[in-house]
Amino acid sequence: MPQKSFATAINEGIAQAMDLDDSVICYGLGVTDPKAVFGTTASLEKRFGAARVFDMPTSENAMTGVAIGAALNGIKSVMTHQRVDFFLLALDQLVNSAAKWHYMFGGQNSVPITIRLIIGRGWGQGPTHSQNLQAWFAHIPGLKVVMPTTPEDAKGLLISSILDPNPVVFLEHRWLHNSIGEVPDGDFRLPLGKAKVMREGRDITIVSMSYMTIEALHAADYLEKQGVSCEVVDLRSIKPLDWETVFASTVKTGRLIALDSGFTTGSVAGEIVARVAMEKFSALRKAPARLAMPDVPEPTSIALTKGFYVRAADIAIKVLSMMDKSVDYINADLSEPDPHDVPGDWFKGPF
Amino acid sequence: MTESLSINLFAKMYRIRAIEEAIAYHYPEGKMRCPVHLSIGQELIPSVFSEAIRPTDFAVSTHRGHAHYLAKGGNLNAMIAEIYGKSTGCSKGKGGSMHLIDLAVNFMGTSAIVGNSIPIGVGLALSVQLRETDQISCVFLGDGAIEEGVFYESVNFAAVRKLPVLFICENNLYSVYSPLSVRQPAGRSIANMVKAMGVEVGVADGMNIEASQGLMKRSIERVRKTGLPCFLEFSTYRWREHCGHAFDNEIGYRTPEEFLDWQQKDPLHHLEMQLIEDLSLQGLVMDIKSNVMNEVNAAFDFAETSPFPNQHEAYDNVFA
Ligand SMILES: Cc1ncc(C[n+]2csc(CCOP(=O)(O)OP(=O)(O)O)c2C)c(N)n1
Repeated sequence: MPQKSFATAINEGIAQAMDLDDSVICYGLGVTDPKAVFGTTASLEKRFGAARVFDMPTSENAMTGVAIGAALNGIKSVMTHQRVDFFLLALDQLVNSAAKWHYMFGGQNSVPITIRLIIGRGWGQGPTHSQNLQAWFAHIPGLKVVMPTTPEDAKGLLISSILDPNPVVFLEHRWLHNSIGEVPDGDFRLPLGKAKVMREGRDITIVSMSYMTIEALHAADYLEKQGVSCEVVDLRSIKPLDWETVFASTVKTGRLIALDSGFTTGSVAGEIVARVAMEKFSALRKAPARLAMPDVPEPTSIALTKGFYVRAADIAIKVLSMMDKSVDYINADLSEPDPHDVPGDWFKGPF
Repeated sequence: MTESLSINLFAKMYRIRAIEEAIAYHYPEGKMRCPVHLSIGQELIPSVFSEAIRPTDFAVSTHRGHAHYLAKGGNLNAMIAEIYGKSTGCSKGKGGSMHLIDLAVNFMGTSAIVGNSIPIGVGLALSVQLRETDQISCVFLGDGAIEEGVFYESVNFAAVRKLPVLFICENNLYSVYSPLSVRQPAGRSIANMVKAMGVEVGVADGMNIEASQGLMKRSIERVRKTGLPCFLEFSTYRWREHCGHAFDNEIGYRTPEEFLDWQQKDPLHHLEMQLIEDLSLQGLVMDIKSNVMNEVNAAFDFAETSPFPNQHEAYDNVFA
């Protein structure tokens, strides 16, 4: 299979959906500008024309309502916002209308909208450019919430999201856009609501999403060498959530850690721990755990974000302690990269 | 303009430009690890504002807020330190370039979310009305913010409650890389639209010193005297990229001709020429420049030598 970046996979996903279905349109602030939303919307306007691919005013709430209205007449919108945080201005249209429409009019019509939101982190993104609000969106009945980790899943899930009859909040982590992986060409779809076992293991289940899964995989690699076998489940879809896969894995290993890229209180990780504790209590050999962001806004200064995020070392420490093993020396073995505020050497800011 | 007024204005404009140029110069070193939005090219409006405003008046601004913070009298060292993420920064390293504050001069904060600080400025005006002082509240905003619903809601409330608020819109034609043409209908006057909402408005060429200076001064006086809201629209232009330190004319969202055209109108350059050639104040200009450069260098030294906050301070300042 060809190797592609996550950003390219997103770009192909939109293009493929627009090819398949001429009722798909794509818009958002900067969609047609030279930077093309980190390259994810590059050349779409040239290919599909300005009627279907366009820039928009800085009017998040109105443009979400516009997508709903257009959807009622069969147009499928893919909206893009450069940060989750900017989209908070649109919560009225999203929560009160988009999420409710199908239900509150007795299922007579639906609003097939895909809202792409990008999660920022590091390089001083700070309190209002870095929020992981998947738990908020998942809390609202009537929304689907998708969070791909790999380039392959990004494409397969995006095409399915666009063609899904329901509004979908599609969350892309900025630290994944340049990751590379195998991505099938052409029309490639993955079902929404199915988790993926990224790595099989015997001793403990790590349930994770989006960029956190990358940290989980690093931790699992390390732990393998320490004689601990981790099963890593990447949720891919936060709502609906694939409880079957989460339960099956937890029952198999008898131990559970749920990770979350968002704040701890009210997190998706908390929900996972709760459901597993309620429904698979007898399978658990240890109290389940969760690791998420502290209940504190992300500060701007590089000094303040040191040790602030959950990283592979934190996961490894938690896993080892749940396995009743010594946790000495882990920080030395799995230290936070320096600098810790960028996804890789290639990243030079400002975004 | 009298000689002393010209010198004052030159000093203010030059200072803002020099500070922003210094940020642009040092930014590639990778020590200022946060987004920065420079307003090089847009110094006239903050400078004429600075001449006419009082320290007790309130002001709020946006992601592009360095110049407004400085114009209001904000502490330079604390701003540069904030951009460096140091504990001596005006927000103690929590906020970075997009979240500047200096309560000593009633500069009440800047926001990274477009439109976010507009109603906050109106709220400050409400507090002034309730407290019956002669302060005014100033809201800096860009043309992009005019497209947000919160702008209309805020202007409406200011009009209906008759609040002493001055909206200062710097229309620089772009929202990131999106030109006005994809965001607002051709031929629109933002000011006229606001006028229809029942608010006094004023328009000036933000490259024209006399026009901008006069309008700013009259409007501040008028809001103070009448206690009524007022909206100003100034045409202006940013020279550097939307976010970051570089020039970006090669990426294709604006033409080099457009850029050069605006650059030729640079009021700072014209003022400097006037001071040197017409008024033979070469020596004074040199003194102003070297004083500013000393101040700027000292601010960067201060930032560089200031300590970083301790890691645990990340967890401070949340009540819940
Ligand atoms: C609600 C919201 N939408 C989008 C953005 C992304 N954004 C950051 S700055 C900016 C430009 C706004 O343009 P304008 O108000 O004219 O200010 P300028 O940058 O030109 O000074 C945009 C769209 C944001 N920060 N907040």
